[in-house]
Amino acid sequence: MNTQELKKAQALSGAEAVAHAMRQIDPDVVPAYPITPQTDIMHAFAKFVSDGKVTGELICVESEHSAMSACVGASGAGARVMTATSANGLALMWEIVYIAASLRLPIVMSVVNRALSGPINIHCDHSDSMGCRDSGWMQMYAENNQEAYEQTIFSMKFAERAKIPIMTCMDGFITSHAVEPVILFDDAKVKAFIGDYRGDWPLLDVDKPVTMGPLDLFDYYFEHKRKQSEGIYLAKNIFNEVAEEFDRTFGTKIDVVEKYFFDDADTVIVAMSSTCGTAKVTIDKMRKEGKKVGLLKIRLFRPFPSWELRQILKGKKIVAVLDRSESFGAFGGPLFTEIRSAMYEEKGPKIVNYIFGLGGREIDAGMIERVFTEIDAYKTNEIKEYVKYLGVRG
Amino acid sequence: MKKAKEGWKELEDGGRIIVAGNSVLYKTGDWRTNRPVWDESKCTQCMICWLTCPDSSIPAKDKKRIETDFDHCKGCGICAEVCPVKCIKMKPETDFQ
Repeated sequence: MNTQELKKAQALSGAEAVAHAMRQIDPDVVPAYPITPQTDIMHAFAKFVSDGKVTGELICVESEHSAMSACVGASGAGARVMTATSANGLALMWEIVYIAASLRLPIVMSVVNRALSGPINIHCDHSDSMGCRDSGWMQMYAENNQEAYEQTIFSMKFAERAKIPIMTCMDGFITSHAVEPVILFDDAKVKAFIGDYRGDWPLLDVDKPVTMGPLDLFDYYFEHKRKQSEGIYLAKNIFNEVAEEFDRTFGTKIDVVEKYFFDDADTVIVAMSSTCGTAKVTIDKMRKEGKKVGLLKIRLFRPFPSWELRQILKGKKIVAVLDRSESFGAFGGPLFTEIRSAMYEEKGPKIVNYIFGLGGREIDAGMIERVFTEIDAYKTNEIKEYVKYLGVRG
Repeated sequence: MKKAKEGWKELEDGGRIIVAGNSVLYKTGDWRTNRPVWDESKCTQCMICWLTCPDSSIPAKDKKRIETDFDHCKGCGICAEVCPVKCIKMKPETDFQ
């Protein structure tokens, strides 16, 4: 942000910024249940409801299972629906999360990333949304407050056009509670960009009767799942269409990935969310020292941009993938396995994994620099350990 | 010959069924282990069985019940239970094979 832009900015936490996006979207129905650190979103949104700034219905349900159930009911009825959750709240929604995706209901859910129990912990890691990576929901990850705000608006249109629900994720506390300058778009512009919503087969349209969620056994279930798979695969094209419209309307680019000092870098870190901010600061410092280091930030995790990443990463020598969640018993974290798999047919680069930041464990510039230094040595040295743990006491 | 089932590309998204009133196409009669045998000569046409059948498998014509629809009757036995003159008896399907 330059000085001119800063004058237009407001001091908002990530949660407040997302609540403003919700105010501007003004969804028909918002079923929600409080959970740290998501609560700040609904706290701010509930104020907008009480102050008459929005016209939609906020339903205070008795659990997250009910919240997602109400989302499915309302979205099935033809309403525009949003909600938000974190960690164990998302875990309690689990059953209905899959149902929302398989019914192709375009619900937008802010996931404020927080560690799953146990032991109980309220701070940031990605174990909650990463656990949902096979649920059929799309997923995007925001680096900072501004991105969390923009991504919420983008997601609404993206979900409705793709007819697939989306989790728009930001880091718990780090992004949701930290206050940063945020530039809000003009209310009318957001309304115009989002447009009106009418589902294809709303249950409330009695002239167009429809059955949703019937019993589907061995004779049709597989075909329906195959169709669902194609739907989320094709959503990548829809992402690009919506990104173009977003850029035209707001003058802001949203891409599946962001490159930072990337093209001439031979030593690269791949990461998501707020850690990318820390990596950028580190890269600025190391670039001044003449080191060719760079960052690839992943915005869109589902559908996973495998083909694009293969083209982007193929010339690199060494890549460290940073995962803020553990996949117990697997060969590395979720982002690492996706990227290794995407790159399998290519000769390079060498790819290693760092699991970091579980339960809100600090990740600082010094640690990122250590990763760059360590992987730089792999250009010549043999890699003995592909999956490492960054910032854990030995 | 029966029509081949649709491939995945021909199906509605989300497994939606967009044709109304199609449950009659799904024949559930082979779920039955006990069959309601109706003795028309004892029947008073009180219509309680017609009213209580959960699957609408007792059809009526000219204000009188007629033979059970065995394509859809699942053999739950409610009709036999509610019949005030006991003119419906549940008999094992194996008796009819």
